[in-house]
Amino acid sequence: MDKFTTLTGIAAPMPLVNIDTDMIIPKQFLKTIKRSGLGVSLFDEMRYDREGNEIADFVLNQPAYRDAQILIAGDNFGCGSSREHAPWALLDFGIRCVISTSFADIFFNNCFKNGILPITLPQDAVDMLMEDARKGANARMTVDLENQTVSSADGHEFRFQIDSFRKHCLLNGLDDIGLTMEKAPAIDAYEDQMAQARPWV
Amino acid sequence: MTDPAPAPRTLYDKIWDTHVVDRQDDGTCLIYIDRHLVHEVTSPQAFEGLRMTGRKVRAPERTIAVPDHNVPTTLDRATGIKNEESRIQVDALDRNAREFGVNYYPVNDIRQGIVHIVGPEQGWTLPGMTVVCGDSHTATHGAFGALAHGIGTSEVEHVLATQTLIQSKSRNMKVEITGRLAPGVTAKDVVLRIIAETGTAGGTGHVIEYCGEAIRNLSMEGRMTICNMAIEGGARAGLIAPDETTFNYVKGRAHAPKGAQWEAAVSWWRTLFSDPDAQWDKIVTIRAEDIAPTVTWGTSPEDALPITASVPAPEDFSGGKVDAARRSLDYMGLTAGTKLTDIAIDAVFIGSCTNGRIEDLRAAAEVVRGRRLAEGVRGMVVPGSGLVRAQAEEEGLDQIFIDAGFEWRLAGCSMCLGMNPDQLAPGERCAATSNRNFEGRQGYKGRTHLMSPAMAAAAGVTGRLTDVRELTTEAV
Repeated sequence: MDKFTTLTGIAAPMPLVNIDTDMIIPKQFLKTIKRSGLGVSLFDEMRYDREGNEIADFVLNQPAYRDAQILIAGDNFGCGSSREHAPWALLDFGIRCVISTSFADIFFNNCFKNGILPITLPQDAVDMLMEDARKGANARMTVDLENQTVSSADGHEFRFQIDSFRKHCLLNGLDDIGLTMEKAPAIDAYEDQMAQARPWV
Repeated sequence: MTDPAPAPRTLYDKIWDTHVVDRQDDGTCLIYIDRHLVHEVTSPQAFEGLRMTGRKVRAPERTIAVPDHNVPTTLDRATGIKNEESRIQVDALDRNAREFGVNYYPVNDIRQGIVHIVGPEQGWTLPGMTVVCGDSHTATHGAFGALAHGIGTSEVEHVLATQTLIQSKSRNMKVEITGRLAPGVTAKDVVLRIIAETGTAGGTGHVIEYCGEAIRNLSMEGRMTICNMAIEGGARAGLIAPDETTFNYVKGRAHAPKGAQWEAAVSWWRTLFSDPDAQWDKIVTIRAEDIAPTVTWGTSPEDALPITASVPAPEDFSGGKVDAARRSLDYMGLTAGTKLTDIAIDAVFIGSCTNGRIEDLRAAAEVVRGRRLAEGVRGMVVPGSGLVRAQAEEEGLDQIFIDAGFEWRLAGCSMCLGMNPDQLAPGERCAATSNRNFEGRQGYKGRTHLMSPAMAAAAGVTGRLTDVRELTTEAV
């Protein structure tokens, strides 16, 4: 997993609430057995017509946002299916950070496994960043994970909260499985104890 | 001196405490996973990850694999899957299941079906367990008083390799349904009503425990329908405390404990309830008497209303929901003020992990019996597993559906998400017993109205959304 330290990039506004993972990456792209190559299909049904032509007014098709690395989104982003194809598609497109008032739990969790930083901010802060993002390529934002801040070109700066363990893993690009395997003795001990206490499991 | 009384705990607290393997200073825990269910869509990258790092499946005996999302449900499926990508994915599961030695129900095994129907049916899911799967509807298993939730593919790989998950504890939310449900009102109506009330983000960050007289009175099938859609209310997991109904369902199933172990298990399971003084972060109470047969009108499960209502206007909402409602009405091709019962449908889908169990098929058949699908409406009944299908055939339900003009299919996820050929055409409007009415969910530009099996059957025979109570006054 790539480290996440600081990111300066274009932020695209997507004010719609309840953007679900079926919207982020529709079912027909879940048939892959790989993690890569999904960026071209990100937001497929909003982004392309039935013939595969770009829909001009969709935000990521607009010249100012084609290279967006940050999304500013409406409430409850990533609700629905657990498909990790959603963060894979975002990452493959180039999105490394999503900012919203809230995220669905499973999507939120999946982001951290892929070096994407989901940031939760209060409504008024998201509203301000949404306005900044609407200003197009001039509205570049900087996300500083170490200092837990988001700042826009217009001088707005907001501090965000993040769980310390998740921050540590993102900053260092750590692989969860490797970390957990170091705890094998604790898992062995738990299994021994469980075999006594709940042998039917 | 005696020890102070232990602090009162919720059911979630108790299951959590029992499964902590390791706790870091910041509260992040390593949680042991008792059952890991695996299907073909969210697992290939995880198995590939194991291969690339030379890791094994730590506990293959706790891992259960079954293909469900991609499998065709037509009667010719023994001849193979025609869509190449689907076939590759199902073949990959077959290879991975055999290579890593996990429990496995292949496509043509009669026990194959939707993973969340197979787990309980085979007795893999037991009270007090932790159950995960790379699928958000894993919440279903919470009906047994098991802590069950969906995970992403990276976590699937983590569980395969370590049989644990890194987790922070969620908050406790109680949803109580007091009193008794009226005739014609089912578990599906209850859960749609709950989501309408709490919103699709209402349970975010929480584990929901459903309780109250109306929940107690539900069968296991009904309880699974409720917990299945906990995720549609934003909660990763829903729970219902186990009781005699649970024990009676579990007893005798293939992988349920037997003999002395059964007795020991039941005596522990009886301790799995929320203590009277347990602390809740959020409480929602709904009177069962206030719940009517319910349908969705929009593209979010929270867009649910009693069948007696009319399509709302965007201005009825506030904040970001105004634009979302406008977009939903446009997508659904609906006009504000239209009576829900005036909405004509083109298709009926009865099935899914929400409503693909035997009781669901019985409820739908009861409405369909002696009637026919309305002119121009196509209908599909997809049992949740091969065993549900066999049971329904033994009871003659298949013939009732076939006589009415429905297609009687083989088991799978089918048109709930249309990863196989079972999809809506653009603009086609469907009365569906599944769980999501998202844009494009059942097919590109397809329009989904969520409802109970009895309501979907009623819509099928009249050709429009219908209050099932007009067709039958008996409890369905």
